[in-house]
Formats: sequence, structure tokens, C-alpha cells
Amino acid sequence: MIEPIPNLRQGVTPRPLLTVDGLVKSYPLRRRGLFRQTVTGEIRAVNDISFSVAAGETLSIVGESGCGKTTAARAILHLVEPTAGAIRLGDTDIRATFAEDRRPDVLALRRQMQYVFQDPYLSLNPRWSVRQILTEPLRVHGHAPKEDWDATVESLLERVGLPPDYADRYPHEFSGGQRQRIGIARALAVEPRLLICDEPVSSLDVSVRAQVLNLLADLQEDLGLSYLYISHDLSSVRFLSNRIAVMYLGNLVEIGEVDEIFARPRHHYTAALISAIPVPDPSNQAQRQAIQGEVPSVVRRPSGCVFHTRCPAALPVCSQQIPPLSAPDGTHAFACHNPR
Amino acid sequence: MSSLATAKPTAAMSIDDRSMLTPPVHDLVRVENLRIQFPPWNAPVRIIEDVSFQVRAGETMGIVGESGSGKTLSSLAILNLLPPPARITGGRIMFDGEDLAAKSQGEMQKLRGRRLAMVFQNPGYSLNPLMTVGAQLGEILKVHEKMPRSMALQRVEELFRLVGITDPGSRLSQYPHEMSGGMKQRVCIARALLCNPALVLADEPTTALDVTIQAQILDLFEDLKARFGMSMIFVTHDMGVVARIADRITVMYAGQVCETGDKHAIFARPSHPYTQALLASTPRIDRRYAIDGEGRRERLPTVGRAVAPGQSLGGGCRFAGRCPEAAPECSRLVPQAAAIEPGRVVHCLKRGSAGVASHD
Repeated sequence: MIEPIPNLRQGVTPRPLLTVDGLVKSYPLRRRGLFRQTVTGEIRAVNDISFSVAAGETLSIVGESGCGKTTAARAILHLVEPTAGAIRLGDTDIRATFAEDRRPDVLALRRQMQYVFQDPYLSLNPRWSVRQILTEPLRVHGHAPKEDWDATVESLLERVGLPPDYADRYPHEFSGGQRQRIGIARALAVEPRLLICDEPVSSLDVSVRAQVLNLLADLQEDLGLSYLYISHDLSSVRFLSNRIAVMYLGNLVEIGEVDEIFARPRHHYTAALISAIPVPDPSNQAQRQAIQGEVPSVVRRPSGCVFHTRCPAALPVCSQQIPPLSAPDGTHAFACHNPR
Repeated sequence: MSSLATAKPTAAMSIDDRSMLTPPVHDLVRVENLRIQFPPWNAPVRIIEDVSFQVRAGETMGIVGESGSGKTLSSLAILNLLPPPARITGGRIMFDGEDLAAKSQGEMQKLRGRRLAMVFQNPGYSLNPLMTVGAQLGEILKVHEKMPRSMALQRVEELFRLVGITDPGSRLSQYPHEMSGGMKQRVCIARALLCNPALVLADEPTTALDVTIQAQILDLFEDLKARFGMSMIFVTHDMGVVARIADRITVMYAGQVCETGDKHAIFARPSHPYTQALLASTPRIDRRYAIDGEGRRERLPTVGRAVAPGQSLGGGCRFAGRCPEAAPECSRLVPQAAAIEPGRVVHCLKRGSAGVASHD
């Protein structure tokens, strides 16, 4: 059993469905010799992050490429094995369940949390019909009798806004937006409580993107789903989220309510990220504070606050001490020595 | 010879002198009724149908559209770089008083890289991985300007500094794989500017980059435009990017132009139903999305009906199938340009466009 999470942990909501406490995922850095490899260090892709997702809410994890947002999502589902930390879904300890590796328990857990992938062109088997794609999870999990499968496929297609008679078509017959709907239908087939959506709309065109975002909102309201929404696209995040967690170089730097974060970002990275987004309004282009430089290599993480090398408000202390994540007002937490 | 060609600066001039040579406002590029088709030639697929737009000297034209709108093909056609078997089968591309569509590949080779330059979407694919960046950019100066090696490298270094590459001297001997994506895109931008082009075509140059790097590159484009006074065609799907970088905008849908005009006018008063839908359906970071007491959130307005796979490239207005205002004649008659404001043109039968039957 893992110990209960103390109340002072930030970003924890009442009645959490998913609780992540001190998640770490690191990869060994090896040097290959002639006869053996030596481990010379480690890369911390995800560095001690904690948050929770309440039933029926959307928590978005945002950040640029390499910030660890996708690794964090995959570690929660055990698609990569976490190095440290506690992850709970409801009352179930996810890491313990996977460690014991009893198939019925693992399946029961996987049924509750499903993944929607970024690229609907790569995530659907081109040689399977939609019917095969959607019945595969029913077959694996065996929770629905075989005679109901056809009816389930039809209702799933209807659920995601596709005509039921498309069931015998193949993925290449669909547009990107329709494929992503099929990907969502596949995730819904096992009636999960949590969907982890990894950039589900970033490969879609603007007009189709709006339709899929609306579909995600519909499904959440009708089925009471929780979403962990991973994205670098702050515009869709603003639309779909209740809360936002901002990651930089494997660290969680800020977490809070969506409108609060956009209106009053406290961490300088969050502020820079928001002001970097081009606003589709030519008369509203004033407030920009571009940050200089690029994200440092994860191999050579900066000391102290990982953002201090690019921060416009860095103090001497920032390169020495790691700022703790704290929330003066109890809901909006940030890790900064010199907040905005 | 036009005035522009005689004013061509030499590489020996310092960079700041060049902005003095900016010619008075006129149309540098005029694309007129451009048509691009794919085989079979007895019943060709009309990918681009009667596309017209102008780019004035010193301005940035933003071409916006979703995938399949023909925005990339239209810009590649200007460089005569259409992927085979696509062909220009009608219309003209006037540049400096000459029709680029009628030029041979040999003649175009002398223009490309010198008077016309391109920045591609993925900087990783458009740089040669086997050559140092100094050598591959120097080669361009050798070919076009007959410049000796040492002088060429000096000029490349000068441009590297200009596009914000730190420590430009030592970067010259680096290979593309030693650079980050943002740095590679800066190299590509430096490459485009080497011969002081009159027109730079940028096809989604920031789409592959992270947002903070995108912001830096957009700042760089603005800075360079002010310094060099070149014209730019900036192709993008992102309404936010075009709101920042463009002076005027052309909105395209399925190979047809929907409307063209000043950026401020189009964002303030979008006329074509597709432009209106595109702007309405873009989620925005600068507004709140309401969530009511029961946790129901508001929805994004969407563009009419969904696109069917293999959208209509037939006669009439190609947006008619999704358009909330479509009338029966919309799918039969091609809407011609109608001026609705000074400098503003829309193609829509409901906005005063004349309709002509398709050419088949």
C-alpha cells in the first residue's frame, strides 16, 4: 500500500479519480564500450510531479516538445514503467497492480483508463475494418456477450457522430477527423472512466478540430468522463480544460484553474508560453514577451530552477536552489523564487 | 529591364544600404487565373481553379487555408517547382513584367535562390545532411554570384549574425544534425536571404517548431522584412500566425480563392462564409469559455457539415457543400471576383459575385 497523500500536496482536488504523487521516469545514460556498457548518469524525463484529476474534470498538461508531458501520460498507463512515485486510480494502486501482474486485475485497470493517440493515421490498423477495430477491445476484455457486439459497434459509431453503416469500411476511406472519431470510439468501447488524450486534435485541420473538441466536450458531459489532456496547443487547452498543469524540462512549474492561469500566470515560463501564442486578432498583438534561447538539453539540466537560464526575472538564488511548488492561495501552485 | 532589376544590389554593399533600394509600391507578383491540373489529361483533376492574387513590393501576403486548399501548390507554382505530374494549364504568373509560368526550367534556375527564395516547412529535410551549413550556403553564392569561397563564407557569416545565430563563425563548420530545429530554420532563412531576393516564399515555416521558438522566428521575419524590404508570401493554416505576420491575406478553400484583402479588414469583417466559419471555429487563448453550474461548457461553432473524403473539385463554388448560405446555383456557377471594399475582393454569389459556368 502507498501512504495517503498529505493535504498539502499541491494540485490535488477533492474526490480525485486519478492521483499521481511524486512520479519520476528516468532513463539511464549509457556509454557503450567494446565489451560492456557503463551507466554514466540518468536522464530525468519526468522529475517528481504530483497532481490529481477529479471525476468529470479535464486536467491539461501543457509544455513544449521534450518537457515530459507524453512520458508522464505513458507512465500513468504503464506503457512505460515509472521509476518512482505513487499512482492511484480510485482506490487502486496502479503500480502495485502492474507489479503483481495478475491478468484479470491488469485488464480491469486498463478498462478504466484508455488512450487516444495523436496521429489517427498511425493508430488504426489499415487492414482492419472499423468493425474489427471496435470489437477488438470487446474481445480482449470480454465484458460484453458476443451477440451484442454488432449493436455495440453501431452505438459506438453513433456516439462519436459517424453513421453506423460505416462499420465495414476501412481506415483509408475516412478523413483525418473521422479517423480520430474512430480512435475515440475504440477508447470508449470498454466504458472507461478516464481518457488520456495525447494531442488528439493537433494533426487535424481547424474546422475539423472544432468538431472533435466539441465531441470530447459532449462525451465528457454525457458519460461523466475525466480527461487528462496532453497538448502544446494552448488554444484548445483553454477551451477544454478545467485545470492546467505546465511542465518544463520534466518539472511541473505551475498548476491551477484554467482562467486563473491565463489571467494571472505566476511562473515566468507560463507567461512566456501564453504570450508566444499568436492571437487570431490583428488589433490585439501588443503584449508579447518573447523568451530568449532554447530549451536546454535534459542531459545537462540547469542547477536550481530549471528555467533560470532563460528567465527574464532570474535572481542569484534561482541558479542555486530548486524552488518548491507552493500555493499561497491554496489552489494555484507555482514553483518560482521571484513570481510575477 | 524593369526598374527593380536595375536596382539589384550587389553582395559587396553593406546590408543596411539595401533598404534604401526599396522600390515604390507596385505589384511585384501578379498571379492571374492560375489553373493547375493533374492527369488524366482527357478528364483532368482541377486542383487549382482560377486563382488570382497580387503581392505588392515590400508587403507580406498571407495565404491561409486548410490542408488540400491548394495554398502550397499555388506558391510552388510561382517557383515552377510543381511536383510532377501536376502542370500549370492556364493563367499567368507575372513577376517583374515576365510570365514565370512560360519560363523554362533553365531560366527558372537562374531566378530561384537569387530573385525568388523559399523557406520550407521542415528545416531538417531541406538542408543537406552531408554538407556543413557554411559549405551549402556558400555554394549558392558561388553559383549565383560567382563569389570566391572565402568571400562567400564571410557573407554567410554576416547573414547568420543577422538572423540571430549565436557564434556564427563557428556554426559555419557545423552539420545540420548538430543544430536544434529553431537554429536550422534560422539557417534556412539566412539561405533564402543570401542573394537579396525580391520575393521570399515561406511555406508553414514555423509549423514544425515549438511555440516559444515560433514566436522568435516570427519576430525575426518581421525584423528582416523591415530591414530588407523584400516581399513575402507566407503560407499557413494558422489564423493566429497570419494575424501577426501578414499585411494582406488570401483565404483559399479546395483550390479556389474565397477572399483577398487587408488583414485588419478581413479579421474585423470577414465576408466569405468560409472565412467567417474559420474564424469562429478557431479556439482562442484570449477569451474565456463559459462552464455553467452543472459543468456544461459552451461549444465551438463549427463549419457547416463535415468534409466528405475526396471533397468536390467539380463545378461551382467548392465550399457550397458545407456552406450554410448555399443556394442551388452555388454548386453550378463559379463565383468571380467581386470588389466589396477598396482593395478587398470576395468570391461568393451571395456577396455580389458574377457566376460563370465551369469550363467543361
